This record gives sequence, C-alpha cells and structure tokens, in this order.
Amino acid sequence: MSAFRQSVEAMIPALRRYARALARDADIADDLVQDTLVRALRSERLFLGGDVRSWLYTILTNLNKNRRRSLARRPQFMPLSDNNPDASGTEAEGRDIARALATLVEEQRAVLLLVMLEGLSYREVADIQGVPIGTVMSRLARARAHVKAALEGERPALRRVK
Amino acid sequence: MTDPKIPVTEDELHAYVDNELPAERRGDVEAWLASHPDDAERVQSWRTMAEALHARYDQVANEPVPKRLELERLVQPPRKWVYGAIAASLLAFIAGGGTGWLLHGATATPSAFQSFTADALDAHRLYVVEVRHPVEVPGSERTHLQQWLTKRCGWDVFAPELGSTGLKLVGGRLLPGPAGPASFLMYESASGERFTVYTAKASTETTQMRFTTQDKDGALFWADRGVGYVVSGTSDRERLTQVARMVYDQAEKNGG
Repeated sequence: MSAFRQSVEAMIPALRRYARALARDADIADDLVQDTLVRALRSERLFLGGDVRSWLYTILTNLNKNRRRSLARRPQFMPLSDNNPDASGTEAEGRDIARALATLVEEQRAVLLLVMLEGLSYREVADIQGVPIGTVMSRLARARAHVKAALEGERPALRRVK
Repeated sequence: MTDPKIPVTEDELHAYVDNELPAERRGDVEAWLASHPDDAERVQSWRTMAEALHARYDQVANEPVPKRLELERLVQPPRKWVYGAIAASLLAFIAGGGTGWLLHGATATPSAFQSFTADALDAHRLYVVEVRHPVEVPGSERTHLQQWLTKRCGWDVFAPELGSTGLKLVGGRLLPGPAGPASFLMYESASGERFTVYTAKASTETTQMRFTTQDKDGALFWADRGVGYVVSGTSDRERLTQVARMVYDQAEKNGG
C-alpha cells in the first residue's frame, strides 16, 4: 500500500470518533467516514502534500455540513434522547455530553470536538474551517459556555432545527 | 513571568487549557486563577468537559475498523465504458428512453448538474456561431493549449483526438465555471458540424450520464473524480453519444 494510503488508513479510528461525536448516530457517522475515505482515495492525485490528517478532517467536516444542509428542508425537532447506548461512564453522563453537543450550532460543535476531542491546534482548526484563528477562538469560547450551561442542568428544551 | 499587571484575557484562559499559551504567560494565568475563583471554576469545568468527551467517545477510536471502511473495498475499479451506471443509462438513452430532462420547464430548484450543464450549453451556443473568433488558442497549438488550461484549471486538461469521428480540434478557451475556471474545447467536422467539450470542478454526486436538449442542441454530462464534463453538439442522440464516448474514453486514459 502506498504511503499516502497508509496515512489515510491510520486515520480511520480517529475519523470514526470525530464523526460519531459530530453526527451522533453511529450509522450516519460511519457513512460520513466512508464518504470521506472514498473522496480521499479518489483525490490522491490532487492531494498536493501537506497534512493528511487535517485534510481528512476538513473533508469530513464539509461533508457533514452538506449533509445537514440538505436535511434542513423542513423544520424538525431534535430527539431528546441519544439513540446510541453509552458504553463507559455512567449512562446519564454520556447522554448529557451528547445532548449538550447537540445544542451547539455546527461550526461551534466542530471546533469544540476538533480541539478538545481530537487535540488539533487552533491553527489546524482555522485551516480546516477556512477562518481566522480569532474566529476559531470565539467559536470555542461560545461552545464551551453553551456546553457548560447544558451540563449544569439547564432544562434541555426542544430545539427547533431550521 | 511577564509583567503581572497585564490582565489575563478570556482567550488566554482557553489557550491555557489547550496548551496554546506561550510559556512565559503560564505563570501569570496561574496567578490570576488563584485569585479569581469564578474563572478558576470555569477553567475546571472545561477540563471536566474534556474528560466527559473522552469518556464518551474514545471507545469509538478503539473499536476494530468495520469491514465497510476497509480501504481495499472502497477503492473503485477503473471505470469502463461498457459497464456501470453510465453505460446503462447511455444504452437506454440511445434507444430513445432513459434519463433526460428539458432545460426549460425544469423543476424550480435545478440540481447542481443541471445548472452545470446549462452553463456549458450557454457557452456552446455562444461560441459555435463565431466565424472569426470561436476560440482563444487554435488547435494547431495543441500542446500549449493543454498546458495553459491545465495550469489555470488545476487538473489535467487533455484535448481528445476525435479525428476518427471526423472532428478536428478548432481550439480552446478558458471560461469562468461554477467553482473556478472551466476549460472549453471546440471541434468541427468538414461539413461544419461543431461540438464542444466543457470541463470544470463539479461537486455533484452524480455518476450517471445525464442528457439534455435545448432547441437544436444536445448535451451529455458526467462527473468523474471531482471534474464535470459536458459534451455539447447535435441533438441527434447517436451522434452525440459517439462523440461523448470518445471523449470519455480518452479522458479516462489520460486523466483529462
């Protein structure tokens, strides 16, 4: 297998984790990863070097954005309960963090996960989202504030998704 | 430690937790947190938040990779003209049925490939009527033409050789495409029939070949590896397909 393919393959577990946190549903998450991998493999010729890791996160983040945009035809109500069982920690805690993430707008959720779960630098996240570092930081600050509020027991309300 | 009189900013609190803070400021931030319990509580809550995220999601990264994501399964076999979705739709197309749509009276929100094809047909109709200036660079400078368009467009632009179907390369030009530059090549026969090949970056998921007509012109669209292709010319399906097929085959071989 080429070095390029090896570096793509090595990223699959991390991409699955990120996708699961981003999309909540396990099947949708793996769909996102699959689409990301297909695109990455197809674009091997067009990949001009640089960081494979950031590039893959960028593809996945954009695919999720497109997926959500095409879902947003009619107003839908978000389900209150996570449809995946929690495997570690107390069940309630797992549901809480997942639920808290769901209250974030997409850009904030992506920044929070890329920094806190995936351990990327602010610079890397800025490149992935195509925004200045200052924007990354303000999204992160807002995301942390919202999640903190959600975890501290503000009543989770039905959120109307546009 | 830097001058402790410089107040610690909100950004610095985040940077401190994320290991993005310059080393010389760490002491200042720690001193600040020691004397500002509200901020200390917030910083601690972010640490707890990170633990919760890892506790909830790290196990996904530790799972064995599901079969559906194995790279060997995802690598596509080379596209062959004679099988696959494109071929099936083309056979139906030649037989007179199959997929198609008319540009006028299309649905209210045109899809990505419909507007892509509309752009290509507009360019076709604009330039094929030109007698003196149909192209920017003539076909006699084929190498230069390909190099120039490749450089501007960002993918390998290749001018197919269509002599066996009676078409010679008139030349080409650069056009604005939906997501960046588009390459535009024109061919003509001894009898003056003209075909154009328009290629540009396409984000559509369509892999099937799509056909449209507008008055006397026909166009066939397909997308391959992030590049959309439209072959425009006669609305005679068989003739159009014959030309498009040659373009497709050569693009496949030459990465065009």
